[in-house]
Amino acid sequence: MEKRVAHVVAAAALAMIVQLPAAHAQKKQLTLCWAAWDPANALVELSKDFTAKTGVQMKFEFVPWTSFADRFLNELNSKGKLCDLMIGDSQWIGGAAENGHYVKLNEFFDKNGIKMSDFLPATVLGYSEWPKGKPSYWALPAMGDAVGWTYRKDWFSRPELRAEFKQKYKRDLAPPRTYDELKQIGEFFQGRMIDGKKVYGVYLFTERGSEGITMGVTNVLYNYGFDYSDPHKPYKMDGVVNSADAVRGLEFYKSLYQCCTAPGLTNAYMSEGLDAFKSGQVAMQMNWFAFFPGLYKDPKVGGDRIGFFPNPGAKKHFTQLGGQGISVVSYSANRDAALQYIKWFAQPDVQKKWWSLGGYSCHKAVLNDPGFKSSAPFAADFLASMQMVKDFWAEPSYAELMLAMQKRVHDFVVANKGTAKQALDSLVADWTRVFKDDGKL
Amino acid sequence: MSADGANGKGSPPAPRGPSLVERAAALTPAVLARRVRGLSDRTVAWLFISPTILLLLAITIFPLIWTVKLSFTNYRANRPNAEIHGVGIDNYVRVLTDADVWAAMQATAHFLFWTLLLQTVLGFALAYFLDRRFRGHGFWATVILIPMMLSPAVVGNFWTFLYQPQIGLWNYAVEFVTGIPADSFSMIGSIDLAPWSIIIVDTWMWTPYVALICLAGLRSIPGYIYEAAEVDRASRWRQFWTITVPMSLPFIMLAVLFRGIENFKMFDMVNLLTNGGPGSTTELASITLKREAFEKWRTGYSSAFAIILFVTVFGLANIYVRALNRVKSR
Amino acid sequence: MLRREVSVRHAHSAVEPSRASKRIAATIVILYALGSTVPLVWIVMTAFKSSTDSIAYPPVLLFEPSREGFCNLFFTHTRQTEEYIAAMPPATGVCDRIARDRGMVIAGPSNFKPRFLNSIIIAFGSTALSVLLGMTAAYAFSRFRVPGKDDLLFFILSTRMMPPIAIAIPIYLMYRELGLSDTRLGMILLYTSVNISLAVWLLKGFIDEIPREYEEAALVDGYTRLQAFRKVVLPQAATGIVATAIFCLIFAWNEYAFAVLLTSGEAQTAPPFIPIIIGEGGLDWPGVAAGTSLFLVPILVFTVLLRKHLLRGITFGAVRK
Repeated sequence: MEKRVAHVVAAAALAMIVQLPAAHAQKKQLTLCWAAWDPANALVELSKDFTAKTGVQMKFEFVPWTSFADRFLNELNSKGKLCDLMIGDSQWIGGAAENGHYVKLNEFFDKNGIKMSDFLPATVLGYSEWPKGKPSYWALPAMGDAVGWTYRKDWFSRPELRAEFKQKYKRDLAPPRTYDELKQIGEFFQGRMIDGKKVYGVYLFTERGSEGITMGVTNVLYNYGFDYSDPHKPYKMDGVVNSADAVRGLEFYKSLYQCCTAPGLTNAYMSEGLDAFKSGQVAMQMNWFAFFPGLYKDPKVGGDRIGFFPNPGAKKHFTQLGGQGISVVSYSANRDAALQYIKWFAQPDVQKKWWSLGGYSCHKAVLNDPGFKSSAPFAADFLASMQMVKDFWAEPSYAELMLAMQKRVHDFVVANKGTAKQALDSLVADWTRVFKDDGKL
Repeated sequence: MSADGANGKGSPPAPRGPSLVERAAALTPAVLARRVRGLSDRTVAWLFISPTILLLLAITIFPLIWTVKLSFTNYRANRPNAEIHGVGIDNYVRVLTDADVWAAMQATAHFLFWTLLLQTVLGFALAYFLDRRFRGHGFWATVILIPMMLSPAVVGNFWTFLYQPQIGLWNYAVEFVTGIPADSFSMIGSIDLAPWSIIIVDTWMWTPYVALICLAGLRSIPGYIYEAAEVDRASRWRQFWTITVPMSLPFIMLAVLFRGIENFKMFDMVNLLTNGGPGSTTELASITLKREAFEKWRTGYSSAFAIILFVTVFGLANIYVRALNRVKSR
Repeated sequence: MLRREVSVRHAHSAVEPSRASKRIAATIVILYALGSTVPLVWIVMTAFKSSTDSIAYPPVLLFEPSREGFCNLFFTHTRQTEEYIAAMPPATGVCDRIARDRGMVIAGPSNFKPRFLNSIIIAFGSTALSVLLGMTAAYAFSRFRVPGKDDLLFFILSTRMMPPIAIAIPIYLMYRELGLSDTRLGMILLYTSVNISLAVWLLKGFIDEIPREYEEAALVDGYTRLQAFRKVVLPQAATGIVATAIFCLIFAWNEYAFAVLLTSGEAQTAPPFIPIIIGEGGLDWPGVAAGTSLFLVPILVFTVLLRKHLLRGITFGAVRK
């Protein structure tokens, strides 16, 4: 009797032990950290395919843009184990690479046949490489993005407005191709009564806290001739950052802010822009392409009422690069599973589905497909924009460089402190000090 | 009987009154009264105090000392592998000569002054009226208390919504009450009005707190003083200024002390309301500190700044408490 | 020196205010009370508006109530193509239907419930610990001759003067080394340590007011010091304990700076979560408003039920020398 009991117990124990590894494998879970916005929701949906194929459950940690850098840079600096995969901002690459936060992916790419040449060069440079220009990869390009514009096509189509505009400016009321044209349209709509409500011309980024106003002003500055440093002498900024052209560009952004924007938007970034446009306050809105699918589907301003155009030019033609790459966090306990996710994400068919759900794929198979340009009303503008993108510093001390520019630009444009030349001169001083502290100067 | 008691048979405490004193006096005071079973007083005292002291040492004092140590180095928390070396008082010099730091202190001083003034006046007035004890005053006192139970961060956040000129309630409410058109101004948008926007929200939140303390002060004034004044035929006005205000003064000063310390450290509400903008007009000291410490990761520099802030508030509070004690002992 | 009577019952102006002055006082107070609740009422209203209504320009007073805010608070959504939605099984429940109308699908529960739960655990946990430690320390300071008592008391009070961001820096580093980053224990210890100064200070005031004779009697009767503490002092100090608990709870419940700097996924409380509730692309004001309203409820209930103790708490804490 006792022997039988002992046998049963032993059998049960054995069964349990045998069960354990299998159960353990099924509990595998990956946490992916990104910003909380429309494309993130699309990624949740897309990832169901990964779970179906590998059985690995996906958990997501999304934080809105205004706290995104704060929260996740903090997480990386504290060697947190929360995130296995991180879709970090393009400018974090330098810091993440040099401080050992991300896993270097070259070896993995080679072993698994993932080729960087399959992705748009601007995205490889912007989202994956550090140092820039060297084939050393820390992320897979995940979300292509750039600053673009939306406008109220329905307002632009009104005959009385068209007539009035033509009479005043001697050209048709149409999406602007230069910033001077944009300012004229902005002035035209500013303070006008449409459908019984006062509307305004333009929505610009002015956010002070994280990166907003910088991401807005660079779209004008680049086109006026601003650059970060001498192309031949890295880190030589005097005369380049604060050149006469750059000063004119900064003054132009301020004049645009003062003449043609809605009152009260002194700390406004993506969210406020969407609110302003969706509630019918502005004729033209600057924002990231990432939001355009959602705007197109909006019940109030979507569909036929909305139109898109790429960032207008001036002397030059650039637009500010957005977008992110997906990386594996080196403190993660699930590195292999995370790498599997990257491998799955790089497949062309997954990339195609990514685009259809609202994510901006960077894969050439998607972007060069003949049907791409007509797949959405903003697709062609997106392609055009990605050909002319320019990015902010991606140095390890990126946060300090960004905060300095945020302060100087916001002080001048919004808080009316000093002149444009003074703002840019102070910026050169700030950046010089940062690079000196870093040992790069 | 007393022998039984001394053996500790666990009888309930004797009723109070002369008999107790007699009993206590009858016992041999020093030796027997102190003889207790179990732990001695000394042990109990240390048992009771040490967890508190240990916790404070670990989580407040030790970090404070560490901060002082860090303030003399060039340490940066986001570069754990970089070499650390001492920089003497360099950080302190940099902090004290930084124009931005002085601007932040100015913004903080402006904020402190106006919030303390408004909250004291409004709070005391509210307390005074509540003390009239009209019907239902208890209910309305509770209603007034509600804003102070909210999280300051959440408050800062939804007031951005309220202050939005186009979609928020504030501008339209002002137009309704005063006739100034709703689209002619913007609270958090303009450089002149932004400092007032944070003062208004803070006053909205914390006036009830001040009112509560002042109410306690008003209630503590004994009735017979007023009676005496009535007998002397002092006017209401005179009574107010010679009795009510002076006797509630310690409480008012206490409220000012608490609110002063809290507002000096203010971070959450302002950070979510204006983020220090426009420009740096509402960038209070704590916001600058957070930027330096957790966004730029200049740990050494921000430690020096933190120590300077602490010493400032400590010194000011010290002076103030001494004045308060003098008022109390009058 | 006058001994101030702190009994709330009969200390008031002996000359009863006139009916007229009472009416004026009532009008002013009621006006202020109504005015100061308007923002809150507006937020609660916003919680029941649809997203479009909440950003209506100009703002709307009359609107069709919608549960969209609460749906955004409790669930996450993803955008889907129309064909995909058409192919899905029919919508189950209000939130599902609302989402489908906008071309979205419910993806799963949001982080609100775990954050709210964390708030409850951390706030109540640290309050209990603060009151326990504060009570014992206050008793010791009140009854025993502790060497350096005044200095210790001032030191305890001064810990409250440090800006939270300032001690966040070393605590961040310390917790990182000790592995207390993003843990509930870490946050409970931190909040307790911040609240202890207030707790000791307030409770000492209460205990000072309790005559020593009661304990002396108990000691004479053979109770140990601990028993005397438990059976005599604690019941008498009940009001003070409740008042202290309310203040500690309000602080811990609403705290933001430490929560946002020292926690991430595991131990984060609700205040960092509520201001960042995202709808379609931007901040979802009905969702934020819904979160704000729900988060206020526990504290509101707690404080309203115990409001009498609040007044006594301030009274005693303030009067003691």
